[in-house]
Amino acid sequence: MQVEVSLTVNGKLYKQNVEPRMLLVQFLRDELRLTGTHIGCDTSSCGACTVLLDGKALKSCTMLAVQANGKSVKTIEGMAENGALHPLQEGFHQEHGLQCGFCTPGMIMTAADLLSHNPSPNEHEIREALEGNFCRCTGYHNIVKSVQYAANKMQAS
Amino acid sequence: MTLIGTSVKRVEDKRFITGKGRYTDDIVLPQMTFAYFVRSPYAHANIKSVDISSASEMDGVVKIYTGKDIAESGINGVPCGWQVDFKNGDTMKEPPHPLLVADKVRHAGDAVAVVIAETYAQAKDAAESVMVDYEVLPAVVNAKAATQEGAPLVHEDAPNNLCFDWELGNPKAEVDAAIEGSHHVTTLDFINQRVIPNAIEPRSAIGHFEGHNDRYTLYTTSQNPHLTRLLMCAFVLGIPEHKVRVVSPDVGGGFGSKIFHYIEEALVTWASKQIGRPIKWTAERSESFVTDAHGRDHVTKAEMGFDKDGKITALRVKTYANLGAYLSTFAPAVPTWLHGTLLQGLYTTPLIHIDLEAVFTHTTAVDAYRGAGRPEATYLLERLLDTAALEMGTDPAELRLKNFIQPFDGVTQEGYQTQVALQYDSGNYHEVLHKALKMVGYEDFRAEQKAARENGKLLGIGFSTYIEACGIAPSAVVGSLGARAGLYESAQVRVQPTGKVSVFTGAHSHGQGHETTFAQVVADKFGIPLEDVEIVHGDSESVAFGMGTYGSRSLAVGGSAIVKSIEKVLEKGAKIAAHKLECSAEDLEYAGGKWTVKGTDKSISFGDISLTAYVPHDYPTGVEPGLDFSSFYDPTNFTYPFGAHIAIVEVDKDTGKVTLKRFIAVDDVGNVINPMIVDGQIHGGVAQGIGQALFEGTIYDESGQLLNASYMDYVMPRADDLPNFEVDRTVTPCPHNPLGVKGAGEAGCIGATPAVVNAVMDALTPYGIHDIEMPVTSQKVWNVINGN
Ligand code: FES
Ligand code: FES
Repeated sequence: MQVEVSLTVNGKLYKQNVEPRMLLVQFLRDELRLTGTHIGCDTSSCGACTVLLDGKALKSCTMLAVQANGKSVKTIEGMAENGALHPLQEGFHQEHGLQCGFCTPGMIMTAADLLSHNPSPNEHEIREALEGNFCRCTGYHNIVKSVQYAANKMQAS
Repeated sequence: MTLIGTSVKRVEDKRFITGKGRYTDDIVLPQMTFAYFVRSPYAHANIKSVDISSASEMDGVVKIYTGKDIAESGINGVPCGWQVDFKNGDTMKEPPHPLLVADKVRHAGDAVAVVIAETYAQAKDAAESVMVDYEVLPAVVNAKAATQEGAPLVHEDAPNNLCFDWELGNPKAEVDAAIEGSHHVTTLDFINQRVIPNAIEPRSAIGHFEGHNDRYTLYTTSQNPHLTRLLMCAFVLGIPEHKVRVVSPDVGGGFGSKIFHYIEEALVTWASKQIGRPIKWTAERSESFVTDAHGRDHVTKAEMGFDKDGKITALRVKTYANLGAYLSTFAPAVPTWLHGTLLQGLYTTPLIHIDLEAVFTHTTAVDAYRGAGRPEATYLLERLLDTAALEMGTDPAELRLKNFIQPFDGVTQEGYQTQVALQYDSGNYHEVLHKALKMVGYEDFRAEQKAARENGKLLGIGFSTYIEACGIAPSAVVGSLGARAGLYESAQVRVQPTGKVSVFTGAHSHGQGHETTFAQVVADKFGIPLEDVEIVHGDSESVAFGMGTYGSRSLAVGGSAIVKSIEKVLEKGAKIAAHKLECSAEDLEYAGGKWTVKGTDKSISFGDISLTAYVPHDYPTGVEPGLDFSSFYDPTNFTYPFGAHIAIVEVDKDTGKVTLKRFIAVDDVGNVINPMIVDGQIHGGVAQGIGQALFEGTIYDESGQLLNASYMDYVMPRADDLPNFEVDRTVTPCPHNPLGVKGAGEAGCIGATPAVVNAVMDALTPYGIHDIEMPVTSQKVWNVINGN
């Protein structure tokens, strides 16, 4: 059985038939080929799959594609606008906030949610906000700095 | 501008921060099918029957293979790459590890069958319908228990579950006598618990056989694609190596777990030919937990003797090392040549002996995990040192300073010959500790601690001063120690006609940033812009050969191979330049991207010479066209980074919660190419080391079930568990490689763990206990505080 789902991803409307059991993350990766959203676990614990759903961070492995019907999704591929990197993308680059890069899209999307409601978070607030995202490479030290970089940059502009 | 030593931002970042990384699971091939493995839920059981009849009928199923099919096809199991012999000279027990088992499972997660289907969901559905009838048998999970009479056997031909026994160091009788005669002996009986590497990218493999040219391609999440190719072709499948391409594209972290050749890689490669279509397998996290090689897992008794002045007199160690159910690729090397050899530490201990039993159990295989053996050695030594200081009422920093080997540069002074086979290259151990003590403000801290105690607060400080051994080599030596591979590295430097440079390295980057650091070396040596250099890695088709990345070897070994090729390019370039400038090559000097006739302003640029090499119209006789050199570099020794780590913790009396207040790391990794990247490596390693100290550890029940086989149950450090790290370094160059570099990938993970545990013990001094088993959880601490 297939069900029709229609949702906006990175500003573009998609209408597609999917299996009802298909997860949103599988829809993004397998149907739309937006492979920047990663899968790191099967218990919704790692955050590698985080996207923005109507502007709020969501682990896209916790939701069925059909549940996202009518909603708007933003993935890492939609973060840069008109060729200009998002300040968070820039921050991760400037502050060496990534090593293998596998957790990075999820980290950036989670941080984007944080900065949308707390534009100048302190270190503690950043660490709390990122607590649902595993990084096994960086020890988080530079990820915190990356988010601070972005916050400063967004405040300045 | 000099690029070496500069914190250049990483060139690889762009694809990762925009979602354009290309990991194995991101790859889709035409006609691709999906594999799902049927795995044993039991740790030890006879397989009475496997019924695939109803599963075979299910939607989308293309093919199902069982252990019987594999046995009948004549495919071998995955091999072990390192041989350690018994003390009596007998060869270690090396039971087969088939791609799918036919009659007996030996750990929960052992693969029994594989379903290949049109979609992933269909493969998974059908796998659930494969009916396996098991006769469950008793299991053993603890290494020491496994050696006892009557313990269930993992392999019939390995009595007492012994893979091998082994010893190293001074004669046992001398060490025994020195321990007996010591003024003070500190003893620790402990478990260095089993941890799981847990790279966030799960393992994945795609096998693709193409009939028109009889070629196989394997895409895999590997830290060393060439070695995987060699092992798979020569030992498992018996297929011609030149017909096989192995690609490790972007890999999402490894930490050791992706070094090894795994059954799934060989299976999808082989089966792809059978069904004539590509096959992708990607582990689910719960599958990773029981199939990725684990790390550590030692049961150890360690005794350190001291004379009345606090000088170490002897060290005696007995260890049971858990290897799991099968021998993973480098498993035998880890508790032996990567552990026993590090027991000298930074100290002048005159007598050392280790006795080791390497043991099979009904658990997932254990192999190298970040540090591999060296963290176990360091944990043992550094816990002994802090415990001894406590027992003897001396200062732990003083005790170390008193026992440190004196500084030596390895150039004017000789390397330091240890009691356990190694010769250290260069070191200044006093300096790292002094620097760390200064950073932490040691004297002030002790005053603060005293005041805190008076106010009922539990503050503690813990030390760890470690040495490690990286870039293990040379090949002849490791061969004599049992390695079934060489441990050199290859590099090809191809100068293109336009003066742009492609570098093909056998090292593999899965987070280390080689595309930046290696390019820095090349651009610096040639005096050309960084953008003009590209580093190619991870594809056996473009890179001639390679030994991959592990053991913090990439820059020390792989970087040295690159330097060799650079030198060959410059030497040939000088001949061409001499012809063009009408002088002899000896009259030329190379700097700033050009050859200049010494003492004149006559020069010719790198770009001009590159073009001339490929358009050799006006060209020296007897010189071949082209500017493209390959080199292999086989080091003369290991490199020996070292450092001092200090942790400060506060323990909450009411809850037992340990809060890490500060973490100071002063590491000496030799010369540094990119400080930003080295710091990042230290941060990550420290976080994993802290993870082992406070959070991580497998929990097996007696039947061999891994009870915490998920990210919900296995606790790893999260962002709010850790502080910002305070890192600094000293620089003692490696005397025996051209860049003077030592390696930074594992240092953090080796140094951090004992520092944290020592800090907790220091905080708990008022309670008079000397040890808590890792991970030091709130519950364990609370129990101690409450006298349970
Ligand atoms: S894949 Fe969604 S949280 Fe891990
Ligand atoms: S950068 Fe590798 S997991 Fe975060």
